[in-house]
Amino acid sequence: MSEAKASIDKQTVDQVAKFGGEHYKYGFTTEIDVDKIPNGLSEDIIRFISAKKEEPQWLLDWRLDAYERWKTMDEPDWAHVDYPKIDYQDLCYYAAPKSMEDGPKSLDEVDPQLLETYSKLGIPLQEQEVLAGVRKVAVDAVFDSVSVGTTFREELAKDGVIFCSFSEAVKEHPELVKKYLGSVVPKSDNYFAALNSAVFSDGSFCYIPPGVKCPMELSTYFRINEANTGQFERTLVIADKGSYVSYLEGCTAPMRDENQLHAAVVELVALEDAEIKYSTVQNWYPGDENGKGGIYNFVTKRGDCREDRARISWTQVETGSAVTWKYPSCILRGDNSSGEFYSIAISNNMQQVDSGTKMLHLGKNTSSKIISKGISAGRSSNAYRGQVNVHPKAAGARNFTQCDSLLIGDKCAAHTVPYIEAKNLSAVLEHEATTSKISDDQLFFCQQRGLDAEEAVALIVNGFCRDVLQNLPMEFAVEAQKLVGISLEGSVG
Amino acid sequence: MSALLDIQNLHAGVEDTPILNGLSLSIRPGEVHAIMGPNGSGKSTLSYVLAGKDGYNVSQGEMLFNGTSLAYMAPEERAIAGLFLAFQYPLEIPGVTNMTFLKTSLNAIRRGRGEDEMDAASFLRLAREKSRALGMNDDMLKRQLNVGFSGGEKKRNEILQMAMLEPKLAILDETDSGLDIDALKTVADGVNALRAPDRGMLVITHYQRLLDFIKPDVVHVMADGKIVKSGGPELALELEKSGYGEYVGEAVNA
Ligand SMILES: Nc1ncnc2c1ncn2[C@@H]1O[C@H](COP(=O)(O)OP(=O)(O)O)[C@@H](O)[C@H]1O
Ligand SMILES: [Mg+2]
Repeated sequence: MSEAKASIDKQTVDQVAKFGGEHYKYGFTTEIDVDKIPNGLSEDIIRFISAKKEEPQWLLDWRLDAYERWKTMDEPDWAHVDYPKIDYQDLCYYAAPKSMEDGPKSLDEVDPQLLETYSKLGIPLQEQEVLAGVRKVAVDAVFDSVSVGTTFREELAKDGVIFCSFSEAVKEHPELVKKYLGSVVPKSDNYFAALNSAVFSDGSFCYIPPGVKCPMELSTYFRINEANTGQFERTLVIADKGSYVSYLEGCTAPMRDENQLHAAVVELVALEDAEIKYSTVQNWYPGDENGKGGIYNFVTKRGDCREDRARISWTQVETGSAVTWKYPSCILRGDNSSGEFYSIAISNNMQQVDSGTKMLHLGKNTSSKIISKGISAGRSSNAYRGQVNVHPKAAGARNFTQCDSLLIGDKCAAHTVPYIEAKNLSAVLEHEATTSKISDDQLFFCQQRGLDAEEAVALIVNGFCRDVLQNLPMEFAVEAQKLVGISLEGSVG
Repeated sequence: MSALLDIQNLHAGVEDTPILNGLSLSIRPGEVHAIMGPNGSGKSTLSYVLAGKDGYNVSQGEMLFNGTSLAYMAPEERAIAGLFLAFQYPLEIPGVTNMTFLKTSLNAIRRGRGEDEMDAASFLRLAREKSRALGMNDDMLKRQLNVGFSGGEKKRNEILQMAMLEPKLAILDETDSGLDIDALKTVADGVNALRAPDRGMLVITHYQRLLDFIKPDVVHVMADGKIVKSGGPELALELEKSGYGEYVGEAVNA
């Protein structure tokens, strides 16, 4: 080995050494008094959560029914992931900061320590004057099992937009919740959705009235803080006829040695001519380089283009979590409705990702588009699982799928599992797939132009993801680009 | 004046295959040196060894750049120190625009030198000015790096990067190959514009043609991994007539 090579290897070793400790900058813990129930799952626990939230009887019954169904179901094992069995009796299903005991407060009354936590995460919970050129973003901040505050509610209310925590929606808009809850993801849809339906604690609720273009981006920021606690939140977004909303979701968690479960459900309903853009930057703690700790992210996300010409677009940047099991999907029910799925899924070290989408064409002339970019590094495994289904009545359905995998190093794996079922002969379905590697020559070329190896990888990967990054709202795109670089730290050497 | 680049008795190769066999070469600031030689004589290898490509190992000898040994420096450190290589086969990076690449590169080098990054407006102005000077239209800056570029466009793009980065030592590896006569002139103009008293250039070429446009101070003939003859510009013309046959034989017999 030449000395030049030796010095590079030394650098790599240094980089990898600092990797475990420093690269996940959201890994801090907030020391705060919490109200936490004993571990375990039972009817009593569900009754407790429901009572805590002063829920109506119908919702408690709904939860209990979901629980009964869950008990008869088996944990799915078809995904390309491998993790030790979860002991559902050894999890805590409700933890909330003590200061939130008496329910949601106005923003001025929120515990300063919580506000500080969010400001450290870069999430503004004050409605401060925004800088020129930066659009306003309303935030609902969910901390463990509760929403600690929602910004810009009054301003949004002027346009009739309802944006609040799920618990508040149950109290203040029960008719909307009752009408739409579980209407996209039925409570027994799958094992994790059933579990969520039984024990969900909070989440965000949003309703855009007919004809309204939501005047700012809406966002939910999920933070798991407590040890040994699962997060089971529920998001429900309804875009009434002719309305438009762009919704952002972000997630982080402290670095802990034990795994934590996040089993969320997101339901989107788009009525006639409505459009929903839902973007996620998922950055849950991925575990350390040996696969210790990290979040199990088992999430059900589905959008329903319920009426004609409705449009739903999912964009996701998945960089975190130890294990990801997630398939944001679209039901294209209305004629001429359309669904899109843009995804960047990055796995490094020992991370496992099984993600993709399902496009269900039911209406006539429905169209869907899938662009998936999977990046695997380290010893990780990254699977794209996609399903395009065309119903016999869905004349004129169209789908375009592009599925690209990029491998960094030779110890990682990428899998592509596309599943296409067309029961209408007029369907036009296109599928393209590529697998590539970052070549040593590309890396050297970038290094010769002054970039270090990690900057080079970040640049090349960002180029690879360009089609998807371009779909993110501006504020998110910049963050996402940086995140792409950070999550691949230590991947070359 | 001390040498900008000083190579003494360099032995190097790829993994266990020796390719350079005791090469010595010294370039002073302000000088343009040309290296000519048959295919396979080790010209590209020399450029890779100087730039620090992984897998190219030095077994003996020394390479000093401004008095500092290159051997211990990572490729990007060499770039930051002012060493630039225009590649014989420029790489493609899909999804990364020419503009983004130039900016990332320029700012990485500025950061490496402890300078501030260039602001977006100044950068844009500079990139436009330099690319126009090379007869490239602004669209080229928006295209993905070298993706779908013709051979000539790629070479021109290398010179654009050089013009933006203003290196201390520029190594041009067969920048002339694949260029028609007009493109060759533009590229040569670009190179000549960068000639400066504090800058050195090493122009690697297979043909004498390029040297009609870029007048070298010294011409070296390389064969079998070392310099077998050095002289003035007239040496290039001689080679054009007699070919490399003589040198190949000599090196093999040596
Ligand atoms: N990666 C490599 N592995 C093994 N041999 C190589 C490699 N690269 C070049 N060579 C050999 O080294 C010699 C010099 O190659 P090169 O430096 O490309 O020559 P030139 O640029 O003068 O045409 C050739 O014999 C070539 O086959
Ligand atoms: Mg060559």
